[in-house]
Amino acid sequence: MGSQTPLLNIEKLHAGIDGVEILKGIDLKINEGEIHAIMGRNGSGKTTTANVVMGHPDYEVDSGKVTLSGTDLLNLEPWERARSGVFLSFQYPQSVPGLQVGNFLRKSVSSVLGEDFAKGSEFRDKLKSSIEELGIPRSFLSRYVNDGFSGGEKKRFEILQLMLLRPKLAILDETDSGLDIDGIKTVAAGIKASIKGTTSGALIITHYSRILEHVKPDKVHVLIGGEIVATGGYELAIELEEKGYDWLKNK
Amino acid sequence: MNLKKRVTIGSKINNLGDNMAINEEARDAVGDYKAGWHDPENSTIRFDFGLSEKVVRDISALKEEPEWMTEYRVKAYNQFKDRPMPSWGNSEVLQEIDFEKICYYLRSSDSTEKDWEDVPDDIRNTFDRLGIPEAEQKWLSGVTAQYESEAVYHSIREDLESQGVIFLDMDSGLKSYPELVKKWFCSVVPYTDNKFAALNTAVWSGGSFIYVPKGVTVEMPVQAYFRINAKNMGQFERTLIIADEGSSIHYVEGCTAPTYSTDSLHSAVVELVALPGSHIRYSTIQNWSANVYNLVTKRGIAHENATIEWVDGNIGSKLTMKYPAVILKGEGAHAEVISVAYSGKGQHQDAGAKIHHLASNTTSKILSKSISKNGGRGSYRGLVKVSPKAENCKLNVVCDALILDEDSRSDTYPTMEVSNPSARCEHEASVSKVSDDQIFYLMSRGHSEEEALAMIVNGFFEPFTKELPMEYAVELNQLMALEMEGSIG
Ligand SMILES: Nc1ncnc2c1ncn2[C@@H]1O[C@H](COP(=O)(O)OP(=O)(O)OP(=O)(O)O)[C@@H](O)[C@H]1O
Ligand SMILES: [Mg+2]
Repeated sequence: MGSQTPLLNIEKLHAGIDGVEILKGIDLKINEGEIHAIMGRNGSGKTTTANVVMGHPDYEVDSGKVTLSGTDLLNLEPWERARSGVFLSFQYPQSVPGLQVGNFLRKSVSSVLGEDFAKGSEFRDKLKSSIEELGIPRSFLSRYVNDGFSGGEKKRFEILQLMLLRPKLAILDETDSGLDIDGIKTVAAGIKASIKGTTSGALIITHYSRILEHVKPDKVHVLIGGEIVATGGYELAIELEEKGYDWLKNK
Repeated sequence: MNLKKRVTIGSKINNLGDNMAINEEARDAVGDYKAGWHDPENSTIRFDFGLSEKVVRDISALKEEPEWMTEYRVKAYNQFKDRPMPSWGNSEVLQEIDFEKICYYLRSSDSTEKDWEDVPDDIRNTFDRLGIPEAEQKWLSGVTAQYESEAVYHSIREDLESQGVIFLDMDSGLKSYPELVKKWFCSVVPYTDNKFAALNTAVWSGGSFIYVPKGVTVEMPVQAYFRINAKNMGQFERTLIIADEGSSIHYVEGCTAPTYSTDSLHSAVVELVALPGSHIRYSTIQNWSANVYNLVTKRGIAHENATIEWVDGNIGSKLTMKYPAVILKGEGAHAEVISVAYSGKGQHQDAGAKIHHLASNTTSKILSKSISKNGGRGSYRGLVKVSPKAENCKLNVVCDALILDEDSRSDTYPTMEVSNPSARCEHEASVSKVSDDQIFYLMSRGHSEEEALAMIVNGFFEPFTKELPMEYAVELNQLMALEMEGSIG
């Protein structure tokens, strides 16, 4: 186990935006089949971490390494990262008026997995079963991407994309915020089923232990001021929920 | 130079092999604008540059026109001479037009053929490249193809002909149905309307003449394709469509020209007469090369319970000034103007709509979408008027602009003159920019930056594209994808 190449390896990552350093040396390793969680207060750099791994063009990486199964990600364009198996469920999914959901999903599957996956009955069956599982009405397919979606609907739509794109590494940025109780359960069950015992992995960014209670992450990391200041098991999430972040501040 | 354009409007895109070969050839010939190749000019008649009463009379004589038409032309010419340039639109660019350096009449083929085989080879090749014959077979009721000043090809499906539908080029229309033409010519757009309408009336040549008899529905669209090939050419087609009571027709128009370093002028007049209960839809996608001034007057009159719809796409040209108009003359008439404009480098699309509610219970809808990129400029200019006697009118105006970079510009000049208090008016306008976050979202789903931008742009145009026949919609999306190619800095 110790010698295997990690699925995601972040080493001494320094990154920022507009000349301001936000991530100040992040180290994080996720092995295949593992689910990790990141917690931390507002503005601590969680979304920044996710954006840098996905390749948001506004962020500058000053130093450090990010690899997926040993392959350097930092030199790849975001769409190449997506095609290599990285998926990000956005904290604030963007709307694209005029772009139909069904169309968008087929195009995305085609881009990420290849044309063959977007054709014929296989795609249609998978789409049908996935939207049923997530409780998304069929009529959504003819709506426009995230246009006028409620907060929870946006999050369910992110998970629908996750299910269809079958990534190696799924990063979920506060997907649980805005989801109702059943939604959290469904998503948690889905993540567990698609990661545990497979070669994939997940990084769950959250403020609440509720989703972690269902998922039972392998590790929980605490991010403060752009650094990981503590790492533990699921118990750490409970502890944080009780005590807040102050006790970790000066660590 | 990032502008890339391609036109195979009307052609089926699954014939990829062919189109790609065409594109490569075209690109070799002219750079990026895909319809920008030109053929050697083999004119049979070419007038000298410049305009005079003699030129006007010569055109009329050449066409062996009735006296009244010659007189119309001469009166219109005098009107043109006396009128100042319009003060709206882009007066700076308008001043660049040198009316003395334009050829007002050029004929490349001696006749209008009914069979593509009989069209001179070089001209036929052009339309083959544009995919017109193929489109005709697959989804059109009739086609007219105009090359320079004259129609070179013309056909209509026999079943329509036997139902009494007239679909001719305008010159043949005048020859075969002089009374009908005389009755309606200039009845919607008088030559006194504006300088360019006067110019068109003076030197018009080609265009379409359509009459749909009472109660006849033309199911598949008819198409006209206008191609300018020569340098410094002026194309002045004149189109007149009359839909008799309860009839219905969809007319589609496409246009391209080669890319030259000197400018050409396209100044058309289109008149629509929708008699009671009839329906006319007029769809245009103009993709003129960026050296064409496109100054067009389009207007329709809708009688009781008739509907006129202008679906107007402006992708090409250097300067377009075009405001499709509808006069709602009869009770219960309805007007719709749906337009999109794309303004790239060096382009100004000054487009919009004009609706005049003259009668009660008339309704109108304007939807204008404009995109500016690479320093391009898009303007929406709209006028909606409700006359004092028109009760219970409903009008709805929506204009949206999408600006793709800092150098580009978008303006709206909406005017509403409502003189009857019972009117219900709605007006919405928005200007938006494409954000990095939006692009990033799409890129994270495996789409390249260009694909992402094209998805956003096509989405923005979607309310327009969904009104087009499917073949056109696909083509427009591809055209826009090409416009977005290489646009990422
Ligand atoms: N585009 C930007 N421009 C300026 N500052 C930014 C930008 N993006 C992030 N920041 C700053 O970087 C810091 C980290 O932001 P980030 O979004 O990563 O926080 P977060 O941990 O995800 O917070 P939250 O829990 O509120 O989602 C914040 O101070 C934020 O204001
Ligand atoms: Mg965040």
